[in-house]
Amino acid sequence: MTGTDRLALALSWVVALGCVIFLMLPIVITLAASFTSSAVYTLPPPEWSLRWYQSLERRSGLWEAVTLSLNLAVVSTAISLILGTLAAIAVTRGSFRGREAIATFTVSPLMMPGLVVGVALLQFFREIGLRDAYVSLLLGHIVITLPFVMRTLLASMAAFDFSLVDAARTLGLSYPRAIFQVLVPNLAPAYLTGGLFAFLASMDNYPISIFLTDARNKTLPIKMLQYLEEQPDPSLAAISSGLILLACIVLVIGSRTVGLNRMIRG
Amino acid sequence: MTGRAERIGLLALPGLSFLAVIYALPLFMLLLKSVQIDGQFSFAEYVAFFSDSYNLSVLWRTVRVALLTTGLALIIAYPTAIVMARAKGFWLSVFLVAMVLPMSVGVVVKAFAWTILFRTRGVLNDTLMSLGITDAPIRMLFTETALIIGAANVFLPFMVLPIYAVLRQMDSRLPEAAASLGATPVFRFMNVTLPLSLPGVVAGCAFTFSLAISMYVIPSLIVGERQQTLSMLTARSFLYLRNEALGATISSILLLIAISVVLTSSWAANRLGARQ
Repeated sequence: MTGTDRLALALSWVVALGCVIFLMLPIVITLAASFTSSAVYTLPPPEWSLRWYQSLERRSGLWEAVTLSLNLAVVSTAISLILGTLAAIAVTRGSFRGREAIATFTVSPLMMPGLVVGVALLQFFREIGLRDAYVSLLLGHIVITLPFVMRTLLASMAAFDFSLVDAARTLGLSYPRAIFQVLVPNLAPAYLTGGLFAFLASMDNYPISIFLTDARNKTLPIKMLQYLEEQPDPSLAAISSGLILLACIVLVIGSRTVGLNRMIRG
Repeated sequence: MTGRAERIGLLALPGLSFLAVIYALPLFMLLLKSVQIDGQFSFAEYVAFFSDSYNLSVLWRTVRVALLTTGLALIIAYPTAIVMARAKGFWLSVFLVAMVLPMSVGVVVKAFAWTILFRTRGVLNDTLMSLGITDAPIRMLFTETALIIGAANVFLPFMVLPIYAVLRQMDSRLPEAAASLGATPVFRFMNVTLPLSLPGVVAGCAFTFSLAISMYVIPSLIVGERQQTLSMLTARSFLYLRNEALGATISSILLLIAISVVLTSSWAANRLGARQ
């Protein structure tokens, strides 16, 4: 190694470690701010306290928002996993033309501005007379979750040996059973990764949901932004810390079962 | 077998028809609406949008913020991806957690954390003042710099990971081979590492730029209503002003920008792939 090499490597390490700190900063700040005894955000907190966690009980509509968000995330991810499995099998195993285009199309909502999709859905649902906010939100959240599932399933099915499914068929399993008992367990890492990221994306979505809610159906991110306008005390940091905990749980599940390196490859 | 292979294609129908009706059709109708006035084909809404100097300043701010965010993210991400691609064991886990954990924590949470950090009497100003860098607190919240820092923070993993993925696949013996043939470090970087990592850079920049151009939660929390972006103007025209024609036009402009970024980046990725 020459001197220039060593200098470049040392500089890269400085940037990389700075990057790690930069990325973790918002998480650490949120956690620290949530345990303050003060009524305003002072860091480090003058005294540690759980008062803002206890105050969450008094937040009106918080629990409804949490259950609605969890409900939407679970149901939309489940539907996306089913639709995604079928579509990914078709793209990987089918012999029709335009399979590449279908793959690109199903992943494309990831690259589209969320707000624009939200506006388009708002006008479309109004046009067809769909007034139910829950159904509108659910349909919107399937559009959010499906591309995450498709991305991981397409990548992993391309590497899957489909002769296993054929073998199960010759042993007497019907095609749907063969898919469910052979393909799905074999691709468990892809299902887990795609499903977890889809779940988190749905939990976090604001730009699409804001156009599809009504007064009674408010998702957690919408409720949080509303609290932030009305009463921005550290209880918001406590809600955020709850969401950080949820992300940590998801990551521990993911890294134990799939491994972090595999999770990011999707 | 051809019969079955053809029938397998039918499995795509449920998902495809769902996306066709609940995603493609609404977007198409939105585009259509932006070029129609009372059922007549017309570009009048676009002409009106582009002849208003306020709208132009919002458009320029949106593009400028997205470009600077992408640039800042790239400057931090590139060296990080190089270090990550060579890291093993403990350090690799540290980097992976630092990428995946923030990706799993929502945008609302992170944008909110940045508003705490950027407060006039916040952590950043206290640190700067105790270090003696400034005497009085600097106003950071509601500035464009704060927005770019916050946005780069949120989108950084989407820039690092694609570059990391291509560098990880690169044969680490290639730069060594170049070195043993007498290539200087600069020559090696410019002619071996950089060209091989370009597809990752293109993918990362395209993804970061398209996220940054259409971000909504981050600017509304960090800069607020005072400095509008295209997304905020869209939301405002629908939710508060009830000016749906303007909203449809701005969303169509955002949509066209997003589509052209996708097409340009996949074209660039194909060309880079073909050259290697």
